[in-house]
Amino acid sequence: MSDFIPAPIAQLPWKTILLLFVLASFGFVVLYSAAGGSLTPWAGLHMVRFMVFVVMAIILSRFKESFWKTMAFPAYIIVVLMLLGVELIGAVGGGSQRWLNLGFINLQPSELMKVAIILAVARFYDLLPPSQIRTWGAIWPLLALLAVPCALILLQPDLGTTITVIAGALTIAFLAGLPLRLFIGGGAAIAVLAPLAYFFMLEEYQQRRVTTFLNPENDPLGSGYHISQSKIAIGSGGLFGKGFMNGTQSHLDYLPEGHTDFVFATMAEEWGLMGGILVLFCFFLLFRWGLGVALKARTRFSQLTAAGLTVTIFFYVAINLMMVMGLAPVVGIPLPFLSHGGSSMMTIMICVGILMSIERHPGRRGGAFG
Amino acid sequence: MKTPKTISGAMQELTFTRRATVIGGLQIGVGVLLAGRMAYISVAENERYKLLSESNRVNLTLVPPRRGWLIDRNGKPIANNKTDFRVDIIPDRLRDKQKTVATLAELLALDPEELERINRELEQASSFQPVQVATGLDWEEYAAVSVRLPDLPGVSPRQGFSRNYPTGPAIGHLVGYVGIASAEDYKENPDPILITPGYKIGKDGLEKIFEDRLQGKPGAKRVEVTARGKIVRELNTRPDIPGKPLQLTLDIDLQEYAARRLGPESGSVVVLDCLTGDILTMTSMPSFDPNSFSDGIGVTEYGMLRDDDHVPLLDKSLKSLFPPGSTVKPMVALSFLEAGLDPDETVNCNGGLQVGNRRFRCWKRGGHGRVDMAKGIYQSCDVYFYYFAQKIGINPIALMANRLGLGQQYPLPVLSQFYGTVPDPAWLRKKYDREWQAYDTVNSTIGQGYMLVNPTQLAVMAARLATGRKVIPRLIMNEKKPKIETLNLDPEHLVYVQKAMSDVVNGPGTAGRARLPLEDVKLAGKTGTAQVVNLDFGRGGKDVAWKYRDHGLFICFAPFDNPRYAAAVVIQHGGGSGAAYPVARDVLTFLYDREKAMDVLTGLEKSWGGNIQERMDAKMAAYRARKISKRRLPKTVFRLLRKNPKPAPENRN
Repeated sequence: MSDFIPAPIAQLPWKTILLLFVLASFGFVVLYSAAGGSLTPWAGLHMVRFMVFVVMAIILSRFKESFWKTMAFPAYIIVVLMLLGVELIGAVGGGSQRWLNLGFINLQPSELMKVAIILAVARFYDLLPPSQIRTWGAIWPLLALLAVPCALILLQPDLGTTITVIAGALTIAFLAGLPLRLFIGGGAAIAVLAPLAYFFMLEEYQQRRVTTFLNPENDPLGSGYHISQSKIAIGSGGLFGKGFMNGTQSHLDYLPEGHTDFVFATMAEEWGLMGGILVLFCFFLLFRWGLGVALKARTRFSQLTAAGLTVTIFFYVAINLMMVMGLAPVVGIPLPFLSHGGSSMMTIMICVGILMSIERHPGRRGGAFG
Repeated sequence: MKTPKTISGAMQELTFTRRATVIGGLQIGVGVLLAGRMAYISVAENERYKLLSESNRVNLTLVPPRRGWLIDRNGKPIANNKTDFRVDIIPDRLRDKQKTVATLAELLALDPEELERINRELEQASSFQPVQVATGLDWEEYAAVSVRLPDLPGVSPRQGFSRNYPTGPAIGHLVGYVGIASAEDYKENPDPILITPGYKIGKDGLEKIFEDRLQGKPGAKRVEVTARGKIVRELNTRPDIPGKPLQLTLDIDLQEYAARRLGPESGSVVVLDCLTGDILTMTSMPSFDPNSFSDGIGVTEYGMLRDDDHVPLLDKSLKSLFPPGSTVKPMVALSFLEAGLDPDETVNCNGGLQVGNRRFRCWKRGGHGRVDMAKGIYQSCDVYFYYFAQKIGINPIALMANRLGLGQQYPLPVLSQFYGTVPDPAWLRKKYDREWQAYDTVNSTIGQGYMLVNPTQLAVMAARLATGRKVIPRLIMNEKKPKIETLNLDPEHLVYVQKAMSDVVNGPGTAGRARLPLEDVKLAGKTGTAQVVNLDFGRGGKDVAWKYRDHGLFICFAPFDNPRYAAAVVIQHGGGSGAAYPVARDVLTFLYDREKAMDVLTGLEKSWGGNIQERMDAKMAAYRARKISKRRLPKTVFRLLRKNPKPAPENRN
């Protein structure tokens, strides 16, 4: 085979690309059905975007580690400025706004922040001397890096993205070797404080949102509607589903957001548990590849970055699926490669591109201070 | 884990590998959790969610069954169903009440009064009870609402059947009407058909009594709908099973004729078949239009019916009680004969008779001269009866009254009937705690005083006088010819009284104008004029206020020599029997010669200002106009206007 194909093309990570292609194609099939058997408005665009972003990811994979290191903090600052820009435009235009219109794409800076925070935090722990890792000096810069973007994203308000950003940063801090007791203690503190916060800090309507998530059937026409209908779609699909183009929940509009956040339910209704297992298995392969890249990376920055990016994609998938199956509140996070949506697909493909770049350039052993 | 003082890059490397493995493990854990959760939902709970998905997708619409017809003795419809497009609102699916109602008002051109009713019913109705917006729509109107359905949540347009009473007011009291089930009905029996728009249950009269038979079984239609309620396609349909028809003994043509013939008067006509007891007509006027009631009556129309001093909401044939007046005289005479009185015995009538310390007048001031029993009947001489009743006593009279059907209740399928009073000493003691006096006998013998009857009882009395048999009225037709017992009256006595009754009409009697315009059929009857109040200035003819006027009564049967039909006519405050017997004459003529009878009616209706419907419409317009002008008056004036005396309450037992 290598005789016919030029080396640069043969060297591409074809396995990974094939995996992504399988996922995106499945998304294409589901979106085609969700539109009632039509390429428009979702399926066609979905595939075109995927192709464009795959090319983008391959281009990104050519950059060396040093480029990402150099870009880490400037990129972070640029995205923070974009978030500020969104806030200002929103304040002037009235009402909340999440995206910047760049002419050819509606860019959501909060999406980009998911990548930027990984690079910045990884770079920070890369720069931090190993001896400092158990000191206060390893903690406050992390909090400082998180504070500004999280505040801006919460203002939008977008709780789901905020959680993803924080979770990505904390994962890197965990991998960087921050004392374990901080995480155990923090987890314990949340376990204690969450109920207290529920009873003493949340407004009544916020409390209701939580109880609705815990018991969606109590409010079948209000905010519990999404979860109820999603569970009905998944549950009625059974083992093998109702068949391609035969989903009633999605085709008769009972399932809201069936082409974006709840695309998994649309899929599960027509393809059943088997389709769900296929999707889960593909994601398992993707994360195994991502963590493999991290473990094989030889520099501290690339290790932390690769693991952080993998976990970021993982959070997308996990939160989305938990939401769709009624295990988490409705927070508005799309499912990578299946949901229709440009901004999130771009973010994911940037993650994939950087992961490919790290796979291609594992770097020399030893960190900056090694 | 022991923590060394200083941490090297190599140790960090180890930490990273270890912790990355932990994260990988956690990810697999989450993956397994998700797979397990999905398997649980889609396999273990599959049945439940399949059901929920089906109930989302499929909308089961019940189709109200067609009610069984009510038909008359000849098979003509009294109540049937007409196809109709209708629009209802289901309150708990409404989003924006005002906007929806406003849109419908515009689409269907609803008038303000209808809107008032709809808003009122929306306020009162339980959330699940449909509120009718409009019925009897044409296809264009129905389609106009149907295409806007996605913007009108809670609005339900459907094609169905609505109850139709071709003769309208003529039959109102008897058939009653249908209406939507009340919240109580639904609580008692939470059958979804009860809250299906267009489903009506019997609310009064025959419709209520025979509800189970007439109701039928609902059909069902399964359709696939989107979340917004748009129908995608029809899946399957189960047709309704219509209710069973019910045949009545009525002759609906006669019923309608009688109703129209009563004209602007308040009164009742009852015609029986003497041989079977079949009720051929049982009319009470004025009446209400059961079509209006069944469609949900407007405030104005209901207000008009309620405020009318002629009480159109009351069935006068069974629930209004009147003093029978002189119509009891043939019955009283029969009791005299049975007590052994020689019919040729006479008394001299000089216009009155002293009883105790009071002089009882005969209706004829100048007196009748020598009066025997026959003359007492055909000239309706009061003095004859005053005199002999005192000799014979009240008990034989009261017994005979009961035998001929007065004071009796009949096995009729009606919600209630008032059976009136046939007074006797025992009754008086119990009721008023006083002893029977001679003047009580005198009063009773001319059908005044405590004696009260309803028009149906009078018709039964006429039928029993005509046949000497215990005719029992019946309303429901069945195969079996009823067995009619004999009353064990002496045939000679009967013939004597019947001859006298014939003379009332065909001889030198009081109702010569009641003679039938037919060659071969002779009518026998008895007039009656019942005083309402004891007026100082004499009898209550046409020259006093309506509510003080005498009631006009007439009982009769025909043909005189071979009785077939018996009838009673009561005109409330008609001013005397002269108001009653022309009606009886025309109604009986109708039985023999419809054309002749219709000619008379056409002329009369012209002078009354149209047929029943036209007159009701005119009345309604006038009522509405008056109400509006009343509204414009200051409050004090309004209060004065309302002080108008109400009609005197009916004397009921």
